Amino acid sequence: MYFGLSEDQIFFQDNIKKFLEENLSVDILRKIAADDRTFANDIHDGIVNLGINGLLVPEEFGGLGLDILFAAAISEALGYGAGASPFIGSYVMAPLAIIGGGSDEQKQNYLTKIASNEVKFGVGFSALTGARDNSEIQIKGNKISGRSLFVLDYEYATHFLISDINGCIGIIDAQANGIDLVELKTIDRTRNVCELILKNVDFKILEQTKNSKNTAEKVIDAGRIMLAADSLGAAQNMINKAVDYAKERKQFGRAIGSFQAVKHMCAEMVAELEPCYALVWHAAHAQKHLPNEARLMACQAKSHLSDVTKEVAKKSTEVHGGMGFTDLLGLHYWFKRIGLNRQLLGTPERVREEAALLQLN
Amino acid sequence: MDLHYSKEYLDFEKEVKAFCKKYDGVTFTDASKNPLASSSSKKKKIQITRSEWQKILIEQGYFARAVPKEYGGYGGEPDILKSRIIATEFSRAKTPAPMGGQGIDMLVPTLLEMGTDQQKEKYIKPTLHGEMIWCQGYSEPNAGSDLAALQTKGELIDGEWVINGQKIWTSTAQYSQMMFCLVRTEPEAQKHSGISYLLIPMDSEGIEVRPLVDMTMKAGFNEVFFTDVKIPETNIVGKRGEGWAVANATLGHERGSLAPPDAIMNRVHMLIDLMKEEKLDGKPLIEHPIYRDRLMKIQGKVMASQSHALRLLSAKLNPGQDVKVGKMIQKLVGTELRHELEGLAIDVMGEIGVLYEDSPHLRDKGSWQFIYMYFLGLIIGGGTSQIQKNIISERGLGLPKEPKIQGVQ
Ligand SMILES: Cc1cc2nc3c(=O)[nH]c(=O)nc-3n(C[C@H](O)[C@H](O)[C@H](O)COP(=O)(O)OP(=O)(O)OC[C@H]3O[C@@H](n4cnc5c(N)ncnc54)[C@H](O)[C@@H]3O)c2cc1C
Repeated sequence: MYFGLSEDQIFFQDNIKKFLEENLSVDILRKIAADDRTFANDIHDGIVNLGINGLLVPEEFGGLGLDILFAAAISEALGYGAGASPFIGSYVMAPLAIIGGGSDEQKQNYLTKIASNEVKFGVGFSALTGARDNSEIQIKGNKISGRSLFVLDYEYATHFLISDINGCIGIIDAQANGIDLVELKTIDRTRNVCELILKNVDFKILEQTKNSKNTAEKVIDAGRIMLAADSLGAAQNMINKAVDYAKERKQFGRAIGSFQAVKHMCAEMVAELEPCYALVWHAAHAQKHLPNEARLMACQAKSHLSDVTKEVAKKSTEVHGGMGFTDLLGLHYWFKRIGLNRQLLGTPERVREEAALLQLN
Repeated sequence: MDLHYSKEYLDFEKEVKAFCKKYDGVTFTDASKNPLASSSSKKKKIQITRSEWQKILIEQGYFARAVPKEYGGYGGEPDILKSRIIATEFSRAKTPAPMGGQGIDMLVPTLLEMGTDQQKEKYIKPTLHGEMIWCQGYSEPNAGSDLAALQTKGELIDGEWVINGQKIWTSTAQYSQMMFCLVRTEPEAQKHSGISYLLIPMDSEGIEVRPLVDMTMKAGFNEVFFTDVKIPETNIVGKRGEGWAVANATLGHERGSLAPPDAIMNRVHMLIDLMKEEKLDGKPLIEHPIYRDRLMKIQGKVMASQSHALRLLSAKLNPGQDVKVGKMIQKLVGTELRHELEGLAIDVMGEIGVLYEDSPHLRDKGSWQFIYMYFLGLIIGGGTSQIQKNIISERGLGLPKEPKIQGVQ
């Protein structure tokens, strides 16, 4: 028995962390948040050069053929370094949807191009994860209309992958007629989301998703695990910063970390977060190896991590005193990353509801 | 227990109601864009400046009630019950509250208590009228929770204070005309007895203000640098070396005023409205039992805080009622509660809750997200939650201090 990440997974993860550490300082994050696309492009290119685009694409289509646990390890590293770059939609949800739902021809066409980075997907699944503002998707034959809110990873998208409320997934070309793209601004200005307003747009349905929600559910489960892993990394970074600060910062002639109040805040954060590693890994592993538990674990990983990391984000800010509240240290970029992750692909309450329903039948 | 108002107060309540009706829909020509500022109603009946509004309120006796006329106040007897009636009716009718801020809430009470006649004459009136904005220059890079460690230096040279040093986290310094400031003037004395409380015009030569952006992405506070700043010898409140006591008087005023429970209850009501409108999967959020329960649970806490405020009020009217610990918990409970409530609103809206700035689909000008973050700042500012807990346990409950701490303020 071995419970933990493999050497390969840790190696890949460390590469991402190292790249972000060296290239994505808080100053650059600040520039990206202020919409400086040059820096955002550099980060994106750098991460793609490390191979994340082909991560989940099977080897026969030119990818690395790795699994969701691997992807979770990457997601954690991206969260740790506040990786201001598409990942969850473009390189996890999109290939999984096509692997699970595409015809042979669709797989051949799109998966190869994901692996070669010629095709990049934005992903709109909010119809399935708690639609807001009466957004609705209607599919009629080969046409799609309606609105998809909170489309992920749109900024480099050549195509969009959209699901309706029944889990019917299809592809539209970003250049097609009838698409109105509305940029949304969230608190996290380092990752972008948009709304798509679609009027009778050409739509290529993924064959296997016409009459089955199966693929859509798997894609959402994977997306949720990625968000959980991302928040895990982000929270760990915040704790590390808080602990370092508590050792350095002096008040009343002593390190603030010598006050029990501060020590206990740090210890509480760690006690909450430490088991989250195992939960995220286990849930990610379950996606391939424990099908009976896969959905439940994905739901619980997402909602539990959302709650734990919300608290970590608050407490680690508090440990920093006034410094935590400013832009000087930039701690808030991680605070906001955790805040956005919490709401994407279902709020904790919404996701727990799904978890409960899974166990009623 | 008797919660009835006597006839005098019932009449007063009627008068205030009539006033609120008369000024229904008043808006300000110089309103700030800060989402925290009370949002104005859509009917634009009466348009005036903020300062004019202050004057109307003072004339009516609804603001600065107990401040003597000669200093620009109403010149009445302090009457806590009337103050409460005013606050309640204004909040109910959504009539804009008088301006607050560090000058009005902290400096004016301090000057009334400890200022010289000349200081009272010079500063109180324009401050009450909103024409003189003050900032609080206490914290320094190495003196936050340990405020008494402050090092900004003041020397008396040829009848002038010459000030050198740096302040940080100074809210609104960039808009302020004046600063009340803690400065070390007696370097030989013990930590707490070497500090003086000085009043510094912000346009003095040698002051540099550098705005600091905070997590809300606004520059709510600043760094302030002093290089040979000269102010008159008389700009001192209290005696030399007694600034710590003067400052503590004002800190008490700040801690009471950061998160009043009535304001939190207003937000609860706004959230109820929001939850009737927002839908998840086609169903209003207020019909989702889980969100509804989270809201009701918070409302229960807010109600407790409101009732608690009545108890504190009663203790002021009836000497002998013991509320010592009850007063100490206010800042801790209020700021945490407000933060929690604003956070619930974000969850209620889901992804829409994290929209910000001028995003499409934004609700209530992004105020929920803004205040959620802002109140994390207030959990830290004005004495952190951890320091509040130290105060409650040590001063309130008489627990021994942690070893080797030189005194926690
Ligand atoms: C929004 C905001 C507005 C502000 N406005 C002003 C202003 O207008 N004027 C002004 O002068 N200041 C202002 N401040 C400063 C504020 O008063 C200080 O930030 C606060 O007192 C904490 O000091 P610090 O930031 O140096 O943190 P530190 O004192 O360094 O605290 C860091 C951590 O150590 C903990 N800690 C420190 N000492 C102890 C102890 N003895 N026991 C247990 N835990 C301890 C704290 O709780 C905190 O978690 C503002 C701050 C904020 C956030």
